[in-house]
Amino acid sequence: MKIGKDKMLNLYEIMVKIRQFEEKAKELFLSGELGGFLHLYNGQEAIAAGVCANLTDKDYITSTHRGHGHVIAKGGKVDRMMAELYGKATGYNKGRGGSMHIADLDTGILGANGIVGAGMPIAVGAAFALKYKGSNNVAIAFFGDAASNRGTFHEAINMASVKNLPVVFICENNGFGISTPQSAHQIIKDVSVRAGSYGIPGITVDGNDVLAVYENAALAVSRARKGEGPTLLECKTWRQYGHFIGDPEKYKDPEDQKKWLERDPIQKYEEKLLTLKLVTMDELVAIKENVKRSIEEAVSFGKNSPQPSPKEIYTDIYAK
Amino acid sequence: MKKITYLQAMREAVRLEMIRDTNVFIAGQDVGVMGSSFGQTAKLLQEFGPQRVVDTPISETATVSLAVGAAALGLRPLITMEFMDFMAVCMDEIINQAAKMRYMLGGKTKIPMVIETLCGGGSSAGAQHSQCLEALFTHIPGLKTITASTPADAKGLMASAIRDDNPVIFIGHRGLLANSGEVPEGEYIIPLGKADIKRSGSDVTIVTWSAMVQKSLAAAELLAKEGIGVEVIDLRSLIPLDKECFLNSMGKTGRLVIVHEAVGTGGFGAEIAAIACDEGFDLLDAPIKRVTAPFTPVPFNSNMEKEYLVNEDKIFQAVKSLYE
Ligand SMILES: Cc1ncc(C[n+]2csc(CCOP(=O)(O)OP(=O)(O)O)c2C)c(N)n1
Repeated sequence: MKIGKDKMLNLYEIMVKIRQFEEKAKELFLSGELGGFLHLYNGQEAIAAGVCANLTDKDYITSTHRGHGHVIAKGGKVDRMMAELYGKATGYNKGRGGSMHIADLDTGILGANGIVGAGMPIAVGAAFALKYKGSNNVAIAFFGDAASNRGTFHEAINMASVKNLPVVFICENNGFGISTPQSAHQIIKDVSVRAGSYGIPGITVDGNDVLAVYENAALAVSRARKGEGPTLLECKTWRQYGHFIGDPEKYKDPEDQKKWLERDPIQKYEEKLLTLKLVTMDELVAIKENVKRSIEEAVSFGKNSPQPSPKEIYTDIYAK
Repeated sequence: MKKITYLQAMREAVRLEMIRDTNVFIAGQDVGVMGSSFGQTAKLLQEFGPQRVVDTPISETATVSLAVGAAALGLRPLITMEFMDFMAVCMDEIINQAAKMRYMLGGKTKIPMVIETLCGGGSSAGAQHSQCLEALFTHIPGLKTITASTPADAKGLMASAIRDDNPVIFIGHRGLLANSGEVPEGEYIIPLGKADIKRSGSDVTIVTWSAMVQKSLAAAELLAKEGIGVEVIDLRSLIPLDKECFLNSMGKTGRLVIVHEAVGTGGFGAEIAAIACDEGFDLLDAPIKRVTAPFTPVPFNSNMEKEYLVNEDKIFQAVKSLYE
């Protein structure tokens, strides 16, 4: 597959942006500036970046409790995201949603979700609407390995396959559902084998290799656009932090953690870009510096934005 | 008596029941090595082994009906559901299976199971991790629905719930987990269906449960300074309901205020108000007041959440309004 230098650097920038956003969010959370729950995406950046690089604003995604990466990769603005983490009026959800619910319909983000497995059938509904309207746009459902044990996973894939809907199911297999290792929640190793039960293609790729994700997602998205139906794409990866910030992670084997940190998706990609002589170290540093500035600006935007009026809780319950 | 937390008290009751009856087992997400997200089942895996402390996949529907099937065959499952909000994904199993099986089968079986869950806001957990949904369950014949406001109650009621031969929804409150209090050691049972007068008073009856008991007690303290004596009744068990307790109290005070954290519309407070009117109308000297959350989802922003949640001041104002 042909992929130009611009696109390759763009993938890099998105991954770096996600990583820096998460690191900053962690810092703010630990210092007590942010409330609620925080589920970080560190280590999985290649998946959001590689998948969303195949999408336009008119394509839709549904996300999870670990949603910041998906939102950034799909075009969400870090300042409005940060404002939402601060619960401010300028946040994507006017401060009413917080980390677990960030959504932006203008860029096709149907929302992160606090209920595991809830996004998949919603993506099927979005795909239904896209097909209904005669567009060639697609819907993407991101979800974890543990979410593939919910009935919603099975019902959504069956529905999508029998109705031949333009949806791609992206399983981010990071090896855990909270503390439960994959081997303790399902006896299969590859979630992608479940596709066979529903008569759709199931593919497993290295989720820490952004180009592999990009290329396989491209095939799945193009199948969906052409009306050839859904695909289940499983990306093997690793959750570098705990389930949420504050999780002591006693269930993780330090050896596994070490092995996977050596396969950090951003680090690996940097090495590849340098080996291919596509960029110089200076260029990479410049990208990082730029991102750093944008994250700092996002924090000050979030911090300095106004609080929503408490009376706002009574609005937006019903459409007028 | 020793001082332990609400969380420890819940866990202690479960542990003692597991020692007492080998048919009792736990099933839920991350109950084993992790001891559950908040530590509800800490170290039970080490003590009772994986056959009795069963980690489940994220498959709430299958988990609840695993309990139904196992209970029908004589086991006594305790299912954990970290956030009450998640119970929405397995409502058929609770409402149409667990609650109805005995009745539909002509009494041929019993379903002794407990779903232990946690409700409550106050930590910016947002609309899907903060709800108090007890009214969904009190509406269903066949289910028992209980709450606890203190560590001692948590222990005594949990033990009763596990010994009960029916499906029981045990609703703890996340905001109370770290509270500590005197708890009797060893076996300690509080029968289901018995309310508890947490403070006596002769002017106004407050009927409440769960975390709102503490808020009501704090309001009662302030009201005492104004010369208003408040009786705070902790229902503890919503179904079965101890209506004699609050009707008697109303006989003394003539005034009723109902306080709960859940939204008011269709809330269990409406049931209390209806009973008070049906059976205690002559006892009342003033209109019944309810202090509840407004009819909105729970917001994330902490100022908004403060606006949403019931607090001492709202309770205080409601009681005062009876004297205007
Ligand atoms: C229906 C439901 N059950 C349980 C939970 C609690 N919970 C939140 S995240 C999570 C683990 C999800 O694991 P996975 O789907 O693999 O995603 P990951 O966290 O690894 O990204 C659980 C059990 C929930 N939010 N919703």
